[in-house]
Amino acid sequence: MNYADLFRVTLPETALEVAALLVLVVDLGLLRKAALNLRIGVATLLGVIGCGVAQWTIAHQTLIGLSDTSGNMVLVAGGSAAVAQAGILGLTVLSLFLLIDSTFTRHAGEFVAVMLMAATGGLLIAAAQDLLVIFVGLELLSLGLYILTAFAKQSGKSAESAMKYYLFGGMSAAFLLFGFSYLYGITGSTNLHQVMVGLYRSNAVQAAPLLYIALVMIVAGLGFKVAAVPFHLWAPDAYEGAPAPAAAFIASVSKVASFALLISIGTAAWHMFDGAPMRVSIHAGFVARPQPVYLGFLVAWPELLMVLAAVSMVVGNLAALAQTSVRRLLAYSAIAHAGYMLLGLAFFSYGPRSAQAILYYILTYGLTTVGAFGVVAVVERAAGSDKMDAFLGLSKRNPLLAGVLLVLFLSLAGIPPLVGFWAKFNLFAAVLGVYPVGAGLGLVILAVGLSAVSLYYYLQVLKRAYVMPAVDNTPLKVHPLTMLVLLVIAAGVVVLGCFPALLQGWIASFYTSM
Amino acid sequence: MLAWTIYLSFAGALIEALLPKRNAALARWFALTVAVTGLVLAVLGFAAGAGSGYLRAVIADVPWVPAMGIRYTLAADGISLVLVLLTGLAAVAGVLFSWNIELRTNEFFAFYLALIGGVYGVFLSADLFLLFVFYEIAIVPKYFLISIWGSTRREYGAMKLALYSFVGSAMVLIGLLVAYAASGSHSTGLVELARAGLPVSTQLWVFPLVFVGFGILAGMWPFHTWAPTGHVAAPTAASMLLAGVVMKLGAYGCLRVAMAVFPHGMDPWGFSFIGIGSWRDVFAVLAVIGIVYGALVALVQSDFKFVIGYSSVSHMGFVLLGLMTLNQIGVTGAVLQMFSHGVIAGLLFAIVGRVVYERTHTRDLSELEKMHLGKRLPFAAWAFVIAGVASMGLPGFSGFVAELQILVGSWKADPWWTGAAGVGIVVGVAYTWRALQKAFFSDRLPTPEEHPKTGWPKFAAITWPEVAGVSMLVAASLFVGLYPRILLEAIEPAVRALLAGGAQ
Repeated sequence: MNYADLFRVTLPETALEVAALLVLVVDLGLLRKAALNLRIGVATLLGVIGCGVAQWTIAHQTLIGLSDTSGNMVLVAGGSAAVAQAGILGLTVLSLFLLIDSTFTRHAGEFVAVMLMAATGGLLIAAAQDLLVIFVGLELLSLGLYILTAFAKQSGKSAESAMKYYLFGGMSAAFLLFGFSYLYGITGSTNLHQVMVGLYRSNAVQAAPLLYIALVMIVAGLGFKVAAVPFHLWAPDAYEGAPAPAAAFIASVSKVASFALLISIGTAAWHMFDGAPMRVSIHAGFVARPQPVYLGFLVAWPELLMVLAAVSMVVGNLAALAQTSVRRLLAYSAIAHAGYMLLGLAFFSYGPRSAQAILYYILTYGLTTVGAFGVVAVVERAAGSDKMDAFLGLSKRNPLLAGVLLVLFLSLAGIPPLVGFWAKFNLFAAVLGVYPVGAGLGLVILAVGLSAVSLYYYLQVLKRAYVMPAVDNTPLKVHPLTMLVLLVIAAGVVVLGCFPALLQGWIASFYTSM
Repeated sequence: MLAWTIYLSFAGALIEALLPKRNAALARWFALTVAVTGLVLAVLGFAAGAGSGYLRAVIADVPWVPAMGIRYTLAADGISLVLVLLTGLAAVAGVLFSWNIELRTNEFFAFYLALIGGVYGVFLSADLFLLFVFYEIAIVPKYFLISIWGSTRREYGAMKLALYSFVGSAMVLIGLLVAYAASGSHSTGLVELARAGLPVSTQLWVFPLVFVGFGILAGMWPFHTWAPTGHVAAPTAASMLLAGVVMKLGAYGCLRVAMAVFPHGMDPWGFSFIGIGSWRDVFAVLAVIGIVYGALVALVQSDFKFVIGYSSVSHMGFVLLGLMTLNQIGVTGAVLQMFSHGVIAGLLFAIVGRVVYERTHTRDLSELEKMHLGKRLPFAAWAFVIAGVASMGLPGFSGFVAELQILVGSWKADPWWTGAAGVGIVVGVAYTWRALQKAFFSDRLPTPEEHPKTGWPKFAAITWPEVAGVSMLVAASLFVGLYPRILLEAIEPAVRALLAGGAQ
């Protein structure tokens, strides 16, 4: 490792940090007396520029990663990491746009700065190949999220949900660290690849009880981040209490980062011997045995993920049926979507297919959900509540906004030709590609069946927007820039859905250039 | 050229949504223009189909998702052409019978045209994935058409319909995913999947899944319960489309996907239980039950529209029975029955929902009994007599040719099926007669206090769109009844190819 390489690999993170500091300097230094709208605008603009620069550095990255002195990867560039990082930056930009015209805080600069710093944590997680770096990244992201959740100081709910989020998060971080420490104890390394190799070499049976404890702890910690049942309890409260841009950020960016981490773990487990002579025999072993066995990881890891996936899909979808608050509904639907993606991770392919399918899913889901929070935020600002009844007559009050809502929610429900359907098809096809019988098939059937259930609750909201009589017919004003962003998101959902090869090709291009 | 039926309808839907809200007349005329253009294209396409002997002709074929081997392939054979023609007819008739919609007119026609576009798409898809996409596109507009512009318990009916459809399509999706994975994830083309040689053990469980998935939308007993409530709740045009073409989507899927891609799913199980030894027997029995059950339930309905709703279940039972005969004449009859029922059910729903209900504001047969509709609405009475006898299967109308072929086919397959289905025909005469008599020609005079002092109030005059719509549909049924060769020439080669498992 040399410092020049470190600097080059962490250029995107650096760009975001510089932007965050610049936002603080400009907002607190130059614009102290300026009107709130101007300050929000300037802060958002600086944040967007920062994300753009970071994106540019990713696109022009020439290194494949950063190795430590013994040749182990610490941070990677390219492949899944680059896709996830690009997604994180894009979704951060969209979340920032939701800040426009909002009134929940007077501290625009701090809000944007914290968001950018949290996004830095996300970038680190996506690239990290070392348990310690992973942990630092996760903490950086999480601490930012707690602050963002609590940012609406006038709202008791915001403080309450942030407190809950913080307590749950602190606990789960402790679990995660505990699990990591066991892994280190068993294998003597903190590098993901070395951990996998070590687990394999230690003939993991001897270490089984310890390894199981470690894996359960790690699953608990990461399950919290992706809001998988039974570690999901924070999600509905956080989604409900957090200010809209923060909620969108939690629902999208934080999810992308966490799933990128899970992909890194899966990839490391599969590819630990790449380049070594053992590869051939292992590969042959895989063909003979269709069950996804992460060598050294034993069967415990996929099985834990399978359980988590099944429970999340069932609980998420069924609990969403009973919600009256749209934000809580989105939270439970997020839990269900996390379940689908965990299914993809439980049946992870040797080739990049599963990773690409999961990335496709999480990026498009993030896009859709940011848009959904945008619409909710607009309606909430007008009606003072996020109850379903606040959406009554939306198609009369603002047909354009209702159209956006229609597209986004149908996409979440997985109706073709919208992008949500492609994401699901792609993911389930990848799962069946790995394991077309037994548990794989059973869980895919469960997932497809439950997505039929999900249509019901999405239609409940759309029914209020389109079908049921309006209570008040006054037109609903939307800031033109907000409307433009929402329209762009909806158009993206439609276009990417009609031409799915666009995004697939883009994701695949990062793999070929590796 | 046929592909433009799809694009035109979707473009029309988009433009409708953007038209000015106040101008209902513009929305109507625009929708009519789009629908008529679609019909003209369908007719031209049908005429052009003779050139390829009504065998499978590819219309469009471009890679869609190259990484997954999914192609955007449209193709048409005789079966598709007939159903596209039906869709064109139903679309025009539906617009004509929606002429009086004043509430959110442009939105109505936007959803309507989107539905039509999806239906055209399903009939023309030659890629299972594409077919599925169009199939699902058709679900959402149905929901909104019924829940916004419907009547009796519309939100319930709409949600029930949407969920039933979605559950059905979820089953189809599983079949699609399994077929895609089992065939090596190279292609989702219907022909390629059929030739992939999927393992028989897989076909044996995927076939019933996919057949039921599509069968739900075809009103297969016991999954038919969405149909009566949905039809009754729907506005006239939507129930015309539901019965006229949407139920055919299901039957078409059964034929084109379940039976063509998973033909070994109908192989004998190797054991039999009370005479049922394969999935084919199971579905044939369900179809026969549907025929008889639908007819019997229609016999005791008090709501005029429910009578028609259940009669649809009964008539669609004939389609499914025809498919399960697996012989040339039976399957040909099934396809012809799809066309015939599409026209006749559309006509019946139009008369009940638009011509009668919009004037009497009741569909209760015991209320209608007191109204002397035979004298006061002679047009409706005449139209219903014609539609009723067509629905009973009187020679000279399309229904006769179709049902006769199905019965002959089923006799070849299993005479017991024919016997049971024959009962359904007899009951069919009874319920149609009962409804006809009660609604229009009742001799039960109103009591003096029911009798209005100043004479019967005038009903609104019959409008030209109603006359045009009724004439068009009657003419179609009569023409096909008198000269069935025109459709049979198209259907027969396509069915032969499909049953042979060759070029589909």
